[in-house]
Amino acid sequence: MTTAIQLTPQDTIERALDLAAADGAESCVVLVSETSSVNLRWANNTLTTNGAMRGSSVTVIATVGAGEGTAAGVVTRSSVTDLTLRDIVSAAVAAARASSPAEDARPLVQGTVSPDWDEEPDETSVSVYEKFAPALGEVLTRAGQENRWLYGFADHQVVTLYAGSSAGLRLRHTLPRGHVSSTGKTGDLSQSAWVGTATRDFTDIDAHALDAELTRRLGWATRTVSVEAGRHATVLPPTAVADLTTYLYWFLDGRDAHEGRSVFSKSGGGTRIGEALSERPVRLRSDPNQAGLESFPFVVAESSSGASSVFDNGLTLSPTDWIRGGKLENLFQSRFTADLTSAPAVTPPIGNYVLSVDGATGSVDDLVAGLDRGLLLTCLWYIRTVDPQTLLLTGLTRDGVYLVENGEVTGAVNNFRFNESPVDLLSRFTAAGATVPSFSREWGDGFSRTATPPLLVPDFNMSTVSQAS
Amino acid sequence: MPDVDASFLRLPRHELAGAALQRARDLGATFAEFRLERIRSEAISLRDSVLQSAVDDEDLGLAVRVIHDGTWGFAAGVALTTDEAVRVAEQAVNMAQVSRPINTDTIELAGEPVYDDLTWVSSYEVDPLSVPRADKIALLTDYSDRLLNADGVSHVNVYVASVNECKFYANSEGTSYTQQRVRIGPEVEAVAVDAESGRFDSMASCAPPAGRGWEYLTGTGWDWDDELARIPGWLAEKMAAPTVEAGVYDLVIDPTNLWLTIHESIGHATELDRALGYEANYAGTSFATLDKLNKLQYGSPIMHVTGDRTAENGLSTVGYDDEGVAGQQWDLVKDGILVGYQVDRRMAKVNEDVLGTPRSNGCAYADSSGHIPIQRMANVSLQPDPGGPSTEELISRVKNGIYIVGDKSWSIDMQRYNFQFTGQRFYKITDGKLDGQLRDVAYQATTTDFWGSMEAVGGPQTYVLGGALNCGKAQPSQSGAVTHGCPSALFRGVNILNTTQEAGR
Repeated sequence: MTTAIQLTPQDTIERALDLAAADGAESCVVLVSETSSVNLRWANNTLTTNGAMRGSSVTVIATVGAGEGTAAGVVTRSSVTDLTLRDIVSAAVAAARASSPAEDARPLVQGTVSPDWDEEPDETSVSVYEKFAPALGEVLTRAGQENRWLYGFADHQVVTLYAGSSAGLRLRHTLPRGHVSSTGKTGDLSQSAWVGTATRDFTDIDAHALDAELTRRLGWATRTVSVEAGRHATVLPPTAVADLTTYLYWFLDGRDAHEGRSVFSKSGGGTRIGEALSERPVRLRSDPNQAGLESFPFVVAESSSGASSVFDNGLTLSPTDWIRGGKLENLFQSRFTADLTSAPAVTPPIGNYVLSVDGATGSVDDLVAGLDRGLLLTCLWYIRTVDPQTLLLTGLTRDGVYLVENGEVTGAVNNFRFNESPVDLLSRFTAAGATVPSFSREWGDGFSRTATPPLLVPDFNMSTVSQAS
Repeated sequence: MPDVDASFLRLPRHELAGAALQRARDLGATFAEFRLERIRSEAISLRDSVLQSAVDDEDLGLAVRVIHDGTWGFAAGVALTTDEAVRVAEQAVNMAQVSRPINTDTIELAGEPVYDDLTWVSSYEVDPLSVPRADKIALLTDYSDRLLNADGVSHVNVYVASVNECKFYANSEGTSYTQQRVRIGPEVEAVAVDAESGRFDSMASCAPPAGRGWEYLTGTGWDWDDELARIPGWLAEKMAAPTVEAGVYDLVIDPTNLWLTIHESIGHATELDRALGYEANYAGTSFATLDKLNKLQYGSPIMHVTGDRTAENGLSTVGYDDEGVAGQQWDLVKDGILVGYQVDRRMAKVNEDVLGTPRSNGCAYADSSGHIPIQRMANVSLQPDPGGPSTEELISRVKNGIYIVGDKSWSIDMQRYNFQFTGQRFYKITDGKLDGQLRDVAYQATTTDFWGSMEAVGGPQTYVLGGALNCGKAQPSQSGAVTHGCPSALFRGVNILNTTQEAGR
């Protein structure tokens, strides 16, 4: 058989663009994503699984026709050789011809060329755990000796994305991403605690420090107290705030709001842009160049949906305020939906966010110190929409709910099911701390670039008690 | 039985497997397995009858998992060359070596007969990926138009995901097989917006994803003409319905809703890896721990729940799993008592004495070549009463209650105790008769209380397969497709919330 040759990302893009033109495509965008990742997973104080994976993805977006008659065909393949590339491009062009016109069709983004375009993909390897893995081994051994159980996961990946188009675009961007989380349980499994954090390279991760925090939290659970369901004064740490805010972030779709089917729709038509969501100086902002939370600085869209449009690939992403001074400023908009909904600007989704309250200082510990009686959460979990009209969400507390009395943690309490709307909480919190990098328990594995403050909510709706421990 | 796709059979699967398994053996692995997997998928979405997106995807790669010095090692790659297969085998052994100091358990596997180069293909008529794209878009546009043109419908979302999954598996014990599975998941939803009040609501098709082909979209296994004709009326009635009064009600739950409650409160709770704590940091554990096997009163004595990998058109149905174990059927809950779990070969071996069987029931599965096999859910199904009543008869036994149809919101705690579900339609039952729709309904219960309150299950005539394509588990996260069959069932005294009140309005 003929030996297939693996192409470089740059060659894949150049050849695909040539093939598309030869096939009669009006225009073409090619995205090549090269991913490497390494992970370690442990449970019951021992390693359970691990993996070293390399992945590749090539997306060819071909268009045919012109103006309002423009149709797009999208084909994605995990593995491409010089022999299969022709079939993939042909399939994309054929798909465009078989499709009805795309309403989001716009001229392709005009070309800019990244200075590092010619460079190879960056990679990670198991050596990223050079210090972490042995330290984890020590921690697991000590947990066994001290009658604690540990369960956790460490993941590191590097994605290098290449985007090229028939309009001259040649962009390359690399993003590292990592996170570690660990659950600790008492020897009898009756109490549970959790810590988690995002990292870019694991140099800042201290396995011993993470374990010390778990031990401190399990210590709080030496005394256990039953608390009934109801509306409780509750301190949400940055993790729990990220659990709720990430959900809110995903619901900032401008077209849904314009069409009347979102919490951000205005009665009688239009969106709530310009409306105060909170009396407090709340700000929700995304910036692809936010230090420590860097995300792709241009649009990467492998399919069109809502405010994502394949025609916007390569569009530069600017820092965007979604909420500022408590007022809704922008919703997610592609070039198409911005026109459709008469939005103030083209504001596509960005892969990070920072939620902050102007002037807020201090930490979770400071909010706890100011609370006479209430609850301190660790994180929230299994969050789902109950009513999109108010963005009422349900979910549960998990791995540590603590009783605060006279400014101190005095014990652990049972878990709860909550029913709450993150939009309502923006106007109901009564105290906030400084914004810090956070790691959502519920969504952090997929969306880890967040910064959030701790919040005190005076009447958080704990709907029922959960027996889970 | 349809044939395995010829283009998959042309890949050098035996050569790649031979090279990888030999290299693993040479490096001292005591067990090695190889997977070559190709997942072709297509996602078509329409918004208000306009094509939004049609994406054609293919994930193709190879993976090697080894046991080396008593420790697992896993690696995956994408290039289909013997050099790459050898490299991936070396990397898997290397991962085992790096992991050895933090592994305290010597990995051993339950035995399984050897299957020599067998072929298995799932039950379907038309591979969705073989149907011309334009024909598919035309059909979905027609379905969308029928709703969008109806009174009271403001918007329509249509989405169809189709998958063709081909796998070649070989292990160092001599088992090898080639397997092809096809599945399809349609989602059709009509949205009403009352411009004046700003209120909006939706009504979705109850058609579950299924282990079927494109024939499912054209009338086999689902009556689209009938349901599409009814959705606008159901939606209009829901928009005008009174809000529910929170409290305790008797419920008749339709299989289109009950499958999801089974999934969350029985399917996941009887996964042995959860009961053993493997998912404690992510998907959660289970209250149904191993010490409760054959003792725990899970529900009322009429409760009979099975696990299987064999149901026709089931999304978890396979010939063989990702450890070379053949598909089986077994009991999970019998006469209301917990009697079994879903396991893989390692858990079967370690817990052989407690489980009372030396064999895995075939629940190891990875969602792609890039991921490690983990214990994944079988088709977990509530069995009907062989001579049981119809749904109407169950409703006739209720004085003041609610009949729930279709799934919507779902959530359950980390140990599978406390759950809350909503639905598509809630009908008030007054004196044994349906009495119009209600709004703002959610039911909330603790698993064993809920199943303990099940007074009757319907007969086989009420039995329907439900399911999901997107069940999440494991780190790195994997997505699984699973089917749950169930009859209609009657529950006494379940807590009903009013979701508007829950929102503090």
